[in-house]
Amino acid sequence: MHELSVAQALVDQVEDLARQHGATGVHLIRVRIGPLAGVVAELLGTAFPLAAAGGRAEFARLEWVEAPIRVRCRTCGAETEAQANKLVCGACGDWQTEVVSGDELILETVELDIPERIEG
Amino acid sequence: MCDTCGCNVTPGNVKFAYKPVEPGATTISVLQGLLKKNDDQADHNRAHFDARGILTVNLMSSPGSGKTALLEATIKALKSEFRIAVIEGDLETENDAERIRAQGVPAHQIVTGTACHLDAHMVHDALHQMDLSGIDLLFVENVGNLVCPASFDLGQHANVALLSTTEGDDKPAKYPVMFRGADAVVISKTDLLAVLDDFSPDKAERHIRELANPAPVLRLSARKGEGMEAWFAWLRGQLASQRARVAAGQTQRPTIQPEGALMHGARATEAA
Repeated sequence: MHELSVAQALVDQVEDLARQHGATGVHLIRVRIGPLAGVVAELLGTAFPLAAAGGRAEFARLEWVEAPIRVRCRTCGAETEAQANKLVCGACGDWQTEVVSGDELILETVELDIPERIEG
Repeated sequence: MCDTCGCNVTPGNVKFAYKPVEPGATTISVLQGLLKKNDDQADHNRAHFDARGILTVNLMSSPGSGKTALLEATIKALKSEFRIAVIEGDLETENDAERIRAQGVPAHQIVTGTACHLDAHMVHDALHQMDLSGIDLLFVENVGNLVCPASFDLGQHANVALLSTTEGDDKPAKYPVMFRGADAVVISKTDLLAVLDDFSPDKAERHIRELANPAPVLRLSARKGEGMEAWFAWLRGQLASQRARVAAGQTQRPTIQPEGALMHGARATEAA
């Protein structure tokens, strides 16, 4: 299960951000995962608390957005929805397409708890 | 990629970049790959290869589809033409590295313990224990697994996925992430086709095309020496391209990495 490795990488990244911004904690982590990224969101959700234990992201909520698979046809130019194992054009059926959405594995936003600085 | 100035915000993801802030919390827009540390390390490894003019090829497949046998036959045929080295990845044993060393080329075994894939840091550690001077061609034989290795960039220039005739011709449809990212697909053990009535290389190739992958599909048997010339020709072509890129100060990432097309459309070829 490589989702644990991905979760550890995610926690490292979030903790770096928290440190850079002087945050004491992390409320929310939002990631965007496409079916073609090879990471199962639910398994990432299971692995996340293990990776986050004891760190600044320990009590963070992990939310994910599943990106739909969409392809653009190089032949007819149509942009259509597709399946992970059938990335052919939904309009003309040609296989020479490019994926425009569905292979993302992105940390989109984090909500940090940043204490207000007391002046003087 | 820059995570401070917002240049990674594209028309496709801009709507996720900004959201209302809850009281007491500050929202930071990040929009970088989840595997950024791995990817940075992979870029570092690639720069290392490019500086030495090495072509690095990542071999991936399920266990037992013939990666090591393909390497043995390749080394036997090409070791007088190119200087070859191999990094082997397995959960346990030094067996594969010993098979490669028996062919007279250097091999380093990464024993992953329980990890089901290699990552860029493991490969980097291995590089520090190898003498790469004079090497033309470095193979990384990934852990036998059609799932996890596909998500980790190691710093290679090209991905090769093997599919043996005993596995079933619908593997590309079942494991689309792996086969979509292959720059070449090898259908191995073709000598067994005579006794297998349920594997159609044409059908396997059709499944690969349905993943919008134009990669060459090379049918061969490493044990019987069938179809090997096309594979050697592909390797020679890749090495020639790598030398041209190095001379021009450019590099190449494998065709597709997860999150690649959206975030790094322009990064396929860029200055090293």
